Amino acid sequence: MSQCETVSPLAGSPGLPVSSEGAPVFAEPWQAKAFALTVHLYERGVFSWAEWAEHLSREVKRPERAADGADYFDAWVAALSHLLAEKGVAEEGQVLALQHSWQRAAEATPHGSPIVLSNDPQHLPDAGRRGGV
Amino acid sequence: MHSDHDHHDHDHDHDNHYSDMQARVLALETVLTEKGLIDPLALDAIVETYETKIGPRNGARVVAKAWADGAFSEWLAIDATSAIASLGYTGRQGEHMRAVFNTNETHNLVVCTLCSCYPWSVLGLPPVWYKAPAYRAKAVMDPRGVLSDFGVALPQDKKVRVWDSTAELRYLVVPQRPEGTEGWSEERLAELVTRDSMIGTGLARSAGEVAA
Repeated sequence: MSQCETVSPLAGSPGLPVSSEGAPVFAEPWQAKAFALTVHLYERGVFSWAEWAEHLSREVKRPERAADGADYFDAWVAALSHLLAEKGVAEEGQVLALQHSWQRAAEATPHGSPIVLSNDPQHLPDAGRRGGV
Repeated sequence: MHSDHDHHDHDHDHDNHYSDMQARVLALETVLTEKGLIDPLALDAIVETYETKIGPRNGARVVAKAWADGAFSEWLAIDATSAIASLGYTGRQGEHMRAVFNTNETHNLVVCTLCSCYPWSVLGLPPVWYKAPAYRAKAVMDPRGVLSDFGVALPQDKKVRVWDSTAELRYLVVPQRPEGTEGWSEERLAELVTRDSMIGTGLARSAGEVAA
């Protein structure tokens, strides 16, 4: 890969696991996706670096978090969810309903087919949301 | 017959499952996409950038150790899940790994249309083409055609085996060790192992391709 990398200030998020070269490391694809979503929204100006750092620190410091940082990206996703709710971008109820919908869609999708949201047996295309998925 | 396809006993159809975290990230992405706040191409580009950071180097270390250490190679062949876990790479979903070794007689190729059936712990994020329905269909029907798309030409008498990953069982291809690498350290050998060579759509780099 000969990709030119731009390092976002987000890469310096408190406690972010990094490789020996200083690049963020991920254990599973959803962690990389959550990281990429955050980088993208920050670059688009949806929130500032200071706002992000504050939300992430609060989540990472919660007493129930694992001492070894194993759930670091769980904290990351929680911080992103809270920040987007606070900004009025994504209501918690809507996100939770979609989360369950994706889980039902996965269970209903046979092996070998792409998992799409409309595979959710309870999927309502016009359930108060604009456009299809 | 230029290929044979490994058949599994599919005793249930529901082998797809999203953890709360996987589903929540998808839910956030769905909301943000509907609101027009994310550009899917830009997001893909960011994910691509980090793709190299999560996995393929782990798999490369597994392969390099198998090349350098006969006992590890035997362990990997018999119980890949444990052998790989011994290096600290474990899947959180409890999936099983199986290592398939390329030989002078057989080349192995892995397919699955779903990112949920990819050995993340050793290979990281699946490349975009791996998830494309066209790749899976063609890999099953015409594996040599797929290899040729990737610029891999195999001797006509070499057999191509296609392995279909499932959520429970995922495959790691152990490419053949390139010639001229006798006595190399595991670290140096790992430089020869590409992600594609561990999926089977590529071969390991030749000794000359890695700077001494």
